[in-house]
Amino acid sequence: MVGIVSYGAYIPWYRLSREEFLRAWGGFAIPGERSVANYDEDSLTMAVEASIDCLADTDAGTVEGLIFATTTAPYAEKQGSAIMALALDLRRDVRTADMTDSLRAGAAGMAWARDAIEAGSLSKVLVAASDCRLAGPSSMLEQMLGDGAAALLLGKDDLIATIEGSHSISDEFAGLWRASTDTFVRSWENRMVLDEGYSSVLPEAIAGLMKKCDLAPKDFAKLVLDLPTDVRRHGRVATQAGFEAAQLQDGASLFMSVGATGVASGMMGLVAALEEAKPGDRILFACYGNGADAFVLRVTDGIAKLGPRRGMKNHLASKKMLTNYEKYLKWRKLVAEGPPLGPGRGLTSLSALHRDSRMLLGFYGKKCLRCGTPQFFQGGIGYPPIRVCIACQAKDQFEDYRFAGRKGVVFSFTQDNLIPAMDPPAAVAVVDFDGGGRAFLDLTDREPDKMEVGMKVEPTFRKLFFDQGIHNYFWKIRPIRC
Amino acid sequence: MRESIKDKVAIIGMGCTRFGERWDASAGDMIVEAASEAFEDAGVEPKDIQAAWGGTLWTGLTGMTVGHALKLQFIPITRVENACCSGTEAVRNAAYAVASGVYDLVLAVGYEKLKDIGSPGVPMQQGSGTPTQVFPQASAPGLFAMLATRYFARYGLSPGEGKTMLAKISVKSHDNGFLNPKAHLRRKITVEQVLAAPIIAWPLGLFDCCGTSDGAAAAILTRADMAKSFKDDPVYIKALQIAVGFGAGDMRTDYDYTHVEETYRAGQAAYAEAGITNPRQQISLAEVHDCFSITEAIVMEDLEFSPRGRVNEDIEAGTFLLTGELPVQPDGGLKCFGHPVGASGVRMLYECYLQLRGKAGERQIKDPKLGLTHNQGGQPPSAAVAVSIVGRDTG
Repeated sequence: MVGIVSYGAYIPWYRLSREEFLRAWGGFAIPGERSVANYDEDSLTMAVEASIDCLADTDAGTVEGLIFATTTAPYAEKQGSAIMALALDLRRDVRTADMTDSLRAGAAGMAWARDAIEAGSLSKVLVAASDCRLAGPSSMLEQMLGDGAAALLLGKDDLIATIEGSHSISDEFAGLWRASTDTFVRSWENRMVLDEGYSSVLPEAIAGLMKKCDLAPKDFAKLVLDLPTDVRRHGRVATQAGFEAAQLQDGASLFMSVGATGVASGMMGLVAALEEAKPGDRILFACYGNGADAFVLRVTDGIAKLGPRRGMKNHLASKKMLTNYEKYLKWRKLVAEGPPLGPGRGLTSLSALHRDSRMLLGFYGKKCLRCGTPQFFQGGIGYPPIRVCIACQAKDQFEDYRFAGRKGVVFSFTQDNLIPAMDPPAAVAVVDFDGGGRAFLDLTDREPDKMEVGMKVEPTFRKLFFDQGIHNYFWKIRPIRC
Repeated sequence: MRESIKDKVAIIGMGCTRFGERWDASAGDMIVEAASEAFEDAGVEPKDIQAAWGGTLWTGLTGMTVGHALKLQFIPITRVENACCSGTEAVRNAAYAVASGVYDLVLAVGYEKLKDIGSPGVPMQQGSGTPTQVFPQASAPGLFAMLATRYFARYGLSPGEGKTMLAKISVKSHDNGFLNPKAHLRRKITVEQVLAAPIIAWPLGLFDCCGTSDGAAAAILTRADMAKSFKDDPVYIKALQIAVGFGAGDMRTDYDYTHVEETYRAGQAAYAEAGITNPRQQISLAEVHDCFSITEAIVMEDLEFSPRGRVNEDIEAGTFLLTGELPVQPDGGLKCFGHPVGASGVRMLYECYLQLRGKAGERQIKDPKLGLTHNQGGQPPSAAVAVSIVGRDTG
């Protein structure tokens, strides 16, 4: 039987109090706070984070399929999952696909992955759901949305939960939408949108699933639903579907601390439910978005054997309040920038990016076969790749040495007020990695007042800059998150 | 190295522009200004020059920048570039050409026009470095600040202690620059001012950083045995050494970020070439690459003027003051001249040339015999370093 092998989640470090929207715009604030992706994060980097969490104790080489599910893919033409495959060090013959355009893209990806595994085409498929949606500044939707990601590894063996059944509905409806030329999510009147969408289609899907599987609400320990923009509807759907309030995976507190995370929302709820689940628990998992996908999951004994995850719980607890809304606007590039202060960067060479893609996206360095010295060089003065050993000068005698996944220690650092930066001061550090090797990298998600020599750090996959329509991804370091 | 340059080549004329924000002057203006002073000083005409070298990082390509400015006609002129060593490279190449016996009167000019780009600081040149542009986002002060962070950590200096040590380096240079009409920044500062200044890149503040300036300097070289026919008091080249790093510091965990190996190596090679066995005692004055205060502190140790980790004792003792045992930056250094990249090395040589001939006016050091210059290009773990030594006497 097909099921879930592992789970992971990611919530950005930064949260913004909804009072900040009130301060900026007047009107009124929804209680609580929402998550805000850092300036160097997007749906793809967050999907990588959640996937790394999910693959914590899985050999990445055993993953045969990868689905990147989002409505905010960095590219309209160019595959996000292919970038992720390098960042996650998946094999060359992995089947990658992006599932997009609907808020249930993650659940849809899960359904397609399940079928591929059931059919015997693929043995393990990673489904990463992530979103970083934009609502118009000063709109209520801006307060409601949040950024985040979750990932599930599906397979046949070593399951923590089996998928016992599923049911899907397709329902054409322009309730929430964004044309390919739109920056911000559009919505028809919210009451109508919810009445005719979330509040009617989800109960229909849940009922259809239970009928198909001959199950009733009492057979489930948990009901997990994605979050609508009006969180009150979340509880109401559970009641409509015949569930008790206690059975519903808590959505209100997630809405109060993170917000509605789009495609990631449902899967983040499922991860939170799995964190608390006991063997034998049956979970009904359903996501809405131009229809619905619903699943019956049965938790196995394997759940007790799953190694530690950052998951939802630890990521929720690890946070930094963003002090002002203006920073959010700047990070999402919603304020016009003045003319550059200096000549700035030249054009990024795409042929060079292509040559170096495994080193840059996979964070691969080298280890000398003669003297054993691990080494990494992303360029600066001089040009990669490393052809001659930095220690013994042996030529072309290397094995691959991956820096991603290694923790490290700050050997030296500075915080630079002179260089133009999205979140000044710009922090950079020289890091010595566990197992050997040194690299000079940008630092992110840090407290400027708490930087010190000797602090422990870890690599994180980030977007360095955007140039010629290219998102330039590479690895930074951050203080160990949680 | 098979043979030493020592006492084979002499400097018989030098010129140096006023450094600063030369809104009034182009690169060509400054080349003419510096070279004309040198021609007059040497008592030669431009038409007497047989070959020339121009040192610049990004002010104009080819030897034509110098040729066009001075209207030197159909002689070989070569542009050389080696980051902050570019000026010294021009002198070095010129000196080797003379030493080879091919030429007996050559010109070396260092120049840089930084203030025509409309933004402060040193511009990054398009097309320089790796085209993927994933190098960490740090300014020049940021790259050097990491030396200070590590120096403080290694030697157990609190931020206050470390910053005070560095402040005294800048105060000393400003005291000297105050006396120099060609310096960009001519004002005295106090330790308190330095410590209270805004942070540029932690732990370096405003006064830990040199300025950004325009400038040019020129030297006319001849064979040592011909020098006295031009001038009674020429200055003799004793050593011209360059050490270029290969980026080991960024990649090897055994690099300490509290010294610059290239400076140590270039210093050792220069001492050997000049026959110096005790640099602290034998060098009369030094003009070193104080792009930032921490750079000067570390250079003092790398050149063996101070023991490792103990430069602070010499700073406290006043060793490097104009009146001290071994004056450093008697002209005010990069701190007060700024760092028009290609010009700096030749500007340092100009101060040695004045001091060794007793022509440094209010800044004159008593009876100097040997002067040292030091340039450090690149960023700390990967540098191109030049060390040159010049002397008043042969032998």
